[in-house]
Order: sequence, then structure tokens, then C-alpha cells
Amino acid sequence: MTSIITAIVFLILAPLLGGLIAGIDRKVTARMQGRVGPPVLQPFYDVAKLFEKEDVTVTPSQNLYILAYLVFMAVSGAYFFAGGDFLLVIFAFTLAHIFIVLGAYAAYSPYSYIGAERELITLMAYEPMVILTAVGLYMVTGSFYISDIATSTVPAILYLPGVFLGFLTILTIKLRKSPFDISTSHHAHQELVKGLTTEFAGPVLGKIEIAHWYETVVLLGMIYLFFGFNPVLAVVVIALAYLLEIFIDNTFSRMKWQWTMKSGWGVAAILGFLNLVIVYYYYVGV
Amino acid sequence: MPNNRIRDAIIALSGLVISLGSIYLFATSFTGGSVYFPFPFEPTAQVMFVIEMAIALLLLYLGIKFKQYLAVLLVLVQTAITLYFEMTMAGGLEPVKNLFIDEFSIIMALIIGIIGSLIAVYATSYMNTYHEHHPEVRDRRKMFFFVVFVFLAAMFGLVFSNNLLWVFFFWEITTLSSFLLIGYSETEEATNNAFLALKLNLLGGIAFAASFLYLASVDPAGGLFELDALIASGQSVAIIPAVLICFAGLTKAAQMPFSGWLVGAMVAPTPVSALLHSSTMVKAGVYIIVRFAPVLLGTLAGVAFGMVGAVTFLLASAIAISQTNAKKVLAYSTIANLGLIVACASVGTPELVWAAIMLIIFHAVAKSLLFLCVGTVEHRTGSRDIEDMDGLIVKFPKIAVMIAIGIAGMFLAPFGMLISKWAAIEGFIDAPFGIVFVTILAFGSAVTVFFWAKWMGKILAVTPFGENLEGTVSRGKWVVLSSLAALTVLAALLFPLVSSVLIEPYVLGVYGETARLAQDNIIIMLLMVLLLLFLPLSLYTSSKESRKLPVYMGGRSTTPDLKFAGSLGIQREMTTRNYYFEEYFGEKKLLRWGNPVCILLILVAAALVAWGMSQGVIL
Amino acid sequence: MAYLKKSPWLLHYDASSCNGCDIEVLACLTPLYDVERFGIINTGNPKHADVFVITGGINEINREVVKNTYEQIPDPKVVVAVGICACSGGVFRECYNMAGGVDQVIPVDVYVPGCAARPESIIDGIVKALGILEEKRTAMKETERQHGN
Repeated sequence: MTSIITAIVFLILAPLLGGLIAGIDRKVTARMQGRVGPPVLQPFYDVAKLFEKEDVTVTPSQNLYILAYLVFMAVSGAYFFAGGDFLLVIFAFTLAHIFIVLGAYAAYSPYSYIGAERELITLMAYEPMVILTAVGLYMVTGSFYISDIATSTVPAILYLPGVFLGFLTILTIKLRKSPFDISTSHHAHQELVKGLTTEFAGPVLGKIEIAHWYETVVLLGMIYLFFGFNPVLAVVVIALAYLLEIFIDNTFSRMKWQWTMKSGWGVAAILGFLNLVIVYYYYVGV
Repeated sequence: MPNNRIRDAIIALSGLVISLGSIYLFATSFTGGSVYFPFPFEPTAQVMFVIEMAIALLLLYLGIKFKQYLAVLLVLVQTAITLYFEMTMAGGLEPVKNLFIDEFSIIMALIIGIIGSLIAVYATSYMNTYHEHHPEVRDRRKMFFFVVFVFLAAMFGLVFSNNLLWVFFFWEITTLSSFLLIGYSETEEATNNAFLALKLNLLGGIAFAASFLYLASVDPAGGLFELDALIASGQSVAIIPAVLICFAGLTKAAQMPFSGWLVGAMVAPTPVSALLHSSTMVKAGVYIIVRFAPVLLGTLAGVAFGMVGAVTFLLASAIAISQTNAKKVLAYSTIANLGLIVACASVGTPELVWAAIMLIIFHAVAKSLLFLCVGTVEHRTGSRDIEDMDGLIVKFPKIAVMIAIGIAGMFLAPFGMLISKWAAIEGFIDAPFGIVFVTILAFGSAVTVFFWAKWMGKILAVTPFGENLEGTVSRGKWVVLSSLAALTVLAALLFPLVSSVLIEPYVLGVYGETARLAQDNIIIMLLMVLLLLFLPLSLYTSSKESRKLPVYMGGRSTTPDLKFAGSLGIQREMTTRNYYFEEYFGEKKLLRWGNPVCILLILVAAALVAWGMSQGVIL
Repeated sequence: MAYLKKSPWLLHYDASSCNGCDIEVLACLTPLYDVERFGIINTGNPKHADVFVITGGINEINREVVKNTYEQIPDPKVVVAVGICACSGGVFRECYNMAGGVDQVIPVDVYVPGCAARPESIIDGIVKALGILEEKRTAMKETERQHGN
């Protein structure tokens, strides 16, 4: 019952929270650059405006893919907050991402096509580390269920520092921050036009934004899992982690896709794997 | 062509009978557990021996005719072993329980019966077109369909035999059938690839035959030739034959370093590929390894074999990224998935065996669908290159949707393969060396997502040009393709049922404990499938049509087929190409790593068992 | 409601400008002027844009491009011609290959003169354009309602 309530609360509040985080992100970014920056509520204005705009598409099937993207992003996020199986949440997220990629392919536009390919590269880059994160939390807490992991009294972070660092690295990829925003070019809008999202406009683009908000909240929720033993500390770390992401975003230029691949796979193979091996032998004692 | 029509009708009818038969078998005996049939051994064994010798002579003749002396040598070695065995040891053997049925056999029978016969039916119309397209190929359809059905029969024999000698007999027949089918077109390439398949499979056959020498020396009465008795006899007896036979399984399941034959088999007509990849041949290899999983459980040899599978899974998936030829992508994906199955089965915990059997089922359905769809596209467009599949959804909407379903079945939640991958990850964590396996799996599945998704994107791209060309695909093909597509979706919907009715009882019977997915996860997955099925309806409900705009081409005005005025007044065309990363994931590059690593692992497994035997311990 | 005014995304196109005005447009984004205060984002994509900012006059090569880009901006949209060349063709007006100002090809809503136009006047022009954008939205809603009836 509680799980259903948290799922519903997530469905309603996550877009608000996610939008707010995006607003703070822009404000902080502006301050880091010595600017005033837009109002904190700016992301909401943006999305509200997008829904006021005309609905134009290249092909109607695009709208279907984006609807599926939004729905599956929300559903998998709700399942995460309902305390469901971590691995299933990860796979459902992958499914959601495949939908936006398919939407970009469907338009058959040179820019969105390259954006879609690059999005798949980022997907391939971060996927191993995400799975290893779930595995690591399972090894420490003994459960794949988010509800168990989040309420576990084991200080997961102490056992999994490498996994946590690895997760922060791929968080940069997943949040589409520089130097890894190769698929949509978040800041320099002119490169690749707008990659993945080039051919989406108006309400459809608005849905993509909302889906991003859902995703941000879930990603930050994943950080929580490392600190489930102390909720206050968890919230502090989440805030710090996000600030760190903004800082990275503003200090790096965009790199080539090879760099994304090497970073994602590198942290998974070195930080993630080594950390897990140590935990494995510590626990299993082979 | 009245002959053809009669033949097609007979084939369709037989296909129907075979699939109904396997469904009937399922319906009548799925509750029965393991049932053994004391089929008379002696006369049958003699007939089999004669046939085996005849096959050996045939292969010798063909080997000499085509100057494939290595193959000749291998046939000679294998025949020598079997002859020696027959002359000196077989006399006293009296295995009783020669045939049997259990839940796993039923699963295999359903796969062979339904998917195998669907492919055979598809092949009738495919081969008609094939000979129109390839007038230079001698029309040997009589032989072709004969061998196809022999192939299916051998597979049935293989999964119902409890007598290892019989398993071996059917094993050799599948080797021969695939050899004949791969070489169908009689071109030099086809002949060479057929012989490659023959040679690699003979290597496995020799190992298989060698296990008999050991078994007969341990137990002259032949009781250990009964599969169930052998597996129940404990690791100290069974480990050597298990390793030998699983080695044969590795060759048949096209694991590295033996993967070459399955890739080479692409030269055969597409239904043959579909058959080899989905319901026969390679599935025989993994079938036998799954059977021996309890023996390998907890041994280092099992871990080494599992690692062969895991390395194959990772590298074959990576190679699939670099391939533009659709059939080659499918081939490498098959090799990869078989690797995963081998990894699960060789490590052999109950959870992993559950996952392995799930993988066998889902892979068979989705892969046969994909092969047959690609075959159809190839016949219509003359190309099997993924780069030529732009806008397939416009030109062949139904086939494109089916390919998309098949691809989704291969890698997306909530479809089949993903369920098994998930179960595999959960299963490996608690297994020995689990972390290594899990890490390899994590990388492998990321790679898998990449190569499937980019292909899926390619075919679903809605090109503003092109017209519907689907018209003249024959009705028989439609029936087969839509049944397979429906099966792929149904498998995702019904897998909990398959699991509880067949897989769980089997695993329970073997291990005394079983594995399953948690109930609430199953519910979520089913909800996801339903959601996926209903989402397309939103296309019809959207109240107002959105305004259509052409794609953004940097402001250039374009013609409807996306040609634009380039500099100096030259008209250019917009084309898109997928990423292939040849320099990172190239076939040669990765095989150069994969083959030695896997050879090493196999040698390690052999050394471990040999050393363990000499010390009297099981490693 | 009028969210359009609060979140104008603009597309900047250099028709045949000498780059003087372009530099001034970009200057608006710098910390000194920081137009993101008003929610303004410089997108590179007509499909995401609301305000079409053009510098430089129209010649025979870019005529099609300007028209095409304009058509790809979803409604409601406004066009701001920045700099005297975009307004009227400027000193190039009489050139053999010039068609004149932007309004020769597409309807222009706000003219920002200057050579080069100062950032202050560009910002001023865009803020003016936002009022027009809002009017257009109301008009669009109106026609939609009539169509609905």
C-alpha cells in the first residue's frame, strides 16, 4: 500500500521537483559564469510555452515514440519509488531511452539521426556501470529491491566507494552534462543543431523535457541508495553531488564520443569491478 | 511445376502434423515428470551402427572428392574410435531406459516441432523464389527438403534419447544434415564453409565418442550410458564424460574458437540459417550442456566452460556492432546468446539453469522470426545489408514491424531475452566467480543494446520517399511470419506459465530446488507488455492532426527525396549511415583475442579435470 | 496564459551580414547583458524557436534559406530584423545581387536599425517582439476556436 502511495506521489511531485532542480541548475550555472541567470521557475515557463506552441512533426509516429518515452520514464520511475526491483527499473529505463532514440530515427533527419546514434553510444557507455551499481548494492544489502536497499542500515557507501565514484561519473553522462552531452549538445545549441531533439517541437518537446525531469529525480534517488542508513546525510550528498555535476558541466568543454565510451567503460571496469571484487571476497571469503 | 505444388502441400501438411504432434505431446505429458521407455536396445543399435558407417563412408567420399583431407582425417579418427568401441566394448552393453520424456525434452520438442516446421513451410515458397533468383544453382530441392525433415527428426531423437549412444547417433546426423544444407548451392564458398562446419563439429564428435571409451571402461555393463544414471552417478564418475560431451556441445553451439562455422553457414539459403540458429543444430549443443549442468555445478571445469561462454557473449556481441550484413549481425548475435546460455548452464546453479532454458526458448522464437524476415527482405530488395534498410517501415510496413518485434524480443524489456538476462545476472551473483561473470554480462548487454537499437532505428526511420512494395509476398510466408511474430509477443506474455508448468518442475526435479522470478516483478512486466501493445492506439485517438514539416536541412530547401543544392550548383543527396566502429569492434581484431582466450580456457578445463582425476579430487 | 513572453527562444540567422551585427547579437548573451535573464535562449534550430533574428540583407543565395527556415518555425513566431542591412539592405541595397531587406522574403515584425545595432537596441527590439508574439498567440487561439466551431 505504501508503495502505491509513494509511486503516485512520485508521479505527481517528480516533475515539479525535477523542474525546480533544472531551474536551480540554470541559476547556479549563471552565477558560476558571473551572470544573473533566468528565474528559478524558468524551466516551467519553457515547458508551459512549448505546450502553447503549434504541434508540428515530420512524421506522426514521432509523437507515438515520445509518448511512449514519457510514459515509460514515468512508469519506471514510479516503480523505482514504489520500491521495486532495481534491475527491472534499469531495464525499463533502457526501454524508455530506446523510444526517444527511435523517435529521433523515425524523423529521418541528418541531425537527429546522428543525435540518435550518439545517444546510443552514451547508452552503451553508462549501462555497465548502472548494472554494476545495482549489483554492488545487492551484495552489500542483500536485496535487489529498492525498498530494502533504501531502508537498509548498512552504510553502503563505506563498502562501495569505488562504485559510488563510478556512478557519479556516469551520472554526468546520464544528465547530459558537458563533457558528455554529445547527443543533444545542451549548451552549444548550434553543434549538431540539437542532435536527438532536433525534429521535435512544441508540445512533443515539452514531453521530452518532462521526461527529463522524471529521470533527474530518479537518478538523484539512486544516489540516496548509497546513504539509506542516514537520510539527512543522503540529502546533503545528493545536493553536493548535483552541485559537483553543475561544476563539471561548466568547467569542461564537450569531448568526442570516444571519451564518453572510455570514461563510462573505464569507471565500470576499474572502479566498479575492483570495488565489487573486494566486497565479494570480503563477504564470500573465498 | 505440379510436382512442386504437391511437394509444398505435403510439406505444409507434415509441418502441421509435426507441430500439432508436439503440442499434443505437451498437452498429454507435461504433468508426467520424467518418463522412461525401455525401448529394445540391440536391434536399434545395430541399425544405427550401419547408418553411422554409411555416413562415415559418404563423408570420406566427399572429403576425398573435394580434397578436404583434414576432414577425411577427422572422419577416420572418429570412425576408428567408434569401430574400436563397437568391436571391443559394445558387446556387453545393455542399457535399458533408452528413450525418455521430461519437461526439458518437451520444451525442446515444442521448439523443434513448431518453429522447425514453420521454417520448413516458409522454405517451400522461399526456395521457389531462390531458384528464380539463382538460376546457376542446381535445383536439388528434393534432397533439400528431405534433409530438412531428417534434421528435425534427428533433433527429436536427440532430445528424447536417454541412451548416450543414441544421442551421439542423432548428434552425428545433425552434423551431417547441416553439412549438406550449408553446401546446398555448391559454390566454392558454400562447399568450403560446409566443410568448415563439418570439421569443427567432427572435433566435437570425436570428443563425444571418446567419452564412450571412458564410460565403457568404468562400467562394462553399460548402465552409465543412460543419461539419467550418468548424471545421478555423481561428479567423480561423470565429470570426465561431462567435460568431453560439453566440449562437443561447445563446438556445436559455435562458441569461440569454433564460432567460424556458424558465420560461414550464412552462405546457405536463409531458411537453413533460420533452422540452424533457432530450433536445431546449435540448440542441440546447448541442450546437452544444460543436461550436464548438475555435473558441472561447483567444478572449476564448469567455471572455465562458463567463461568460454561469457567471453563469447561479450566479444560476439561486440563484433555484431561492426557488421553491416544483416545475416552476419544475426549470426554473431546467435553466437553471443548461445554464449550466455553456455555460461549459465556450465556454471549450473538452479537459477542459472532456469535462465538458460528461458534463453533457449526466447532465442529460438525471436531469432527464427528475424531470419525469415531478413530473408524476405533480401528476396524483395536484393540486399541483406542493413544500410539498405532505410525506411523499411515505408516500403514493407508489415515486415518492418515484425523485424522490430523480433529485435525487441532480443534485447528490450519486457520481452523475452531480457528476462533471461536479468535472471542470469541475479543467478551469477551467488555463483563462484560470479562477479567476473556479472561484469562481463553488464558490458555484453550494453553492447547488445547498441547494435540492435541502431538496426531497429534504421528500419523504423520514416523516409519521405519510397512506396509500399509489400504486395506480392506469398500467403504461406505471411502465415509463417505472423505466427512467429505472435509467438514472440505471446512468449513475453506467457513466460510465467511456461516457467511454472515446464521449467520449474524440471529444475526442481534435477536439483531439488527451483528458481523463479518474483511475482510482483512478473506483474510489472506483463503490465509493460500490455502498455506497449496499447500505446499504438494513441495514434488513432490524437484529436487533431499535427502540421507536417520537412526535416531541418540547415535551411536548405530539398526535393521530396531529400536532395539539396550543394555548393557550385551540384545537387547532393542526404544519406545516413550507422556507426560501425570497425577500428574498435572489427571482426578480425576481436577474434584475434577471443579465440586464444577461449582455447586457453578449454585447455584449462581439460587440465583441471585431468589433474583432479590424478589426485582423486573434483576441481 | 502568456508563457510565450517568459520563454522566447530565438534563432539567429546571418543572411549576408558583415558579422558586425552578429557579434552584437552574441554580445547580448554575455554576462554583461545576459539575456537569459528573460528566459531567452539562442537555439540553433528553427523547430525550437519562437523569435527569428536575422542580420544582413537578402541576396539571391540566401533568399530560399531564409524563407525555408522561417517556414520551419512553429506558430506563433515573430521576425526581428537586426541592423540596417536586414531592415532595408543598407549600403548594399543597390548591389546587383541584393533583393533588399528581410521583408522582401518574409514578414518582419520588428526592425532594429543600426550599423552595427547596439546590444541595448537588440534587446529592446526583442522585448518589443515579445508583445507581438503574445498578440499572435491570442489571434492563433481565436482562429483555432473558430475552426473548432
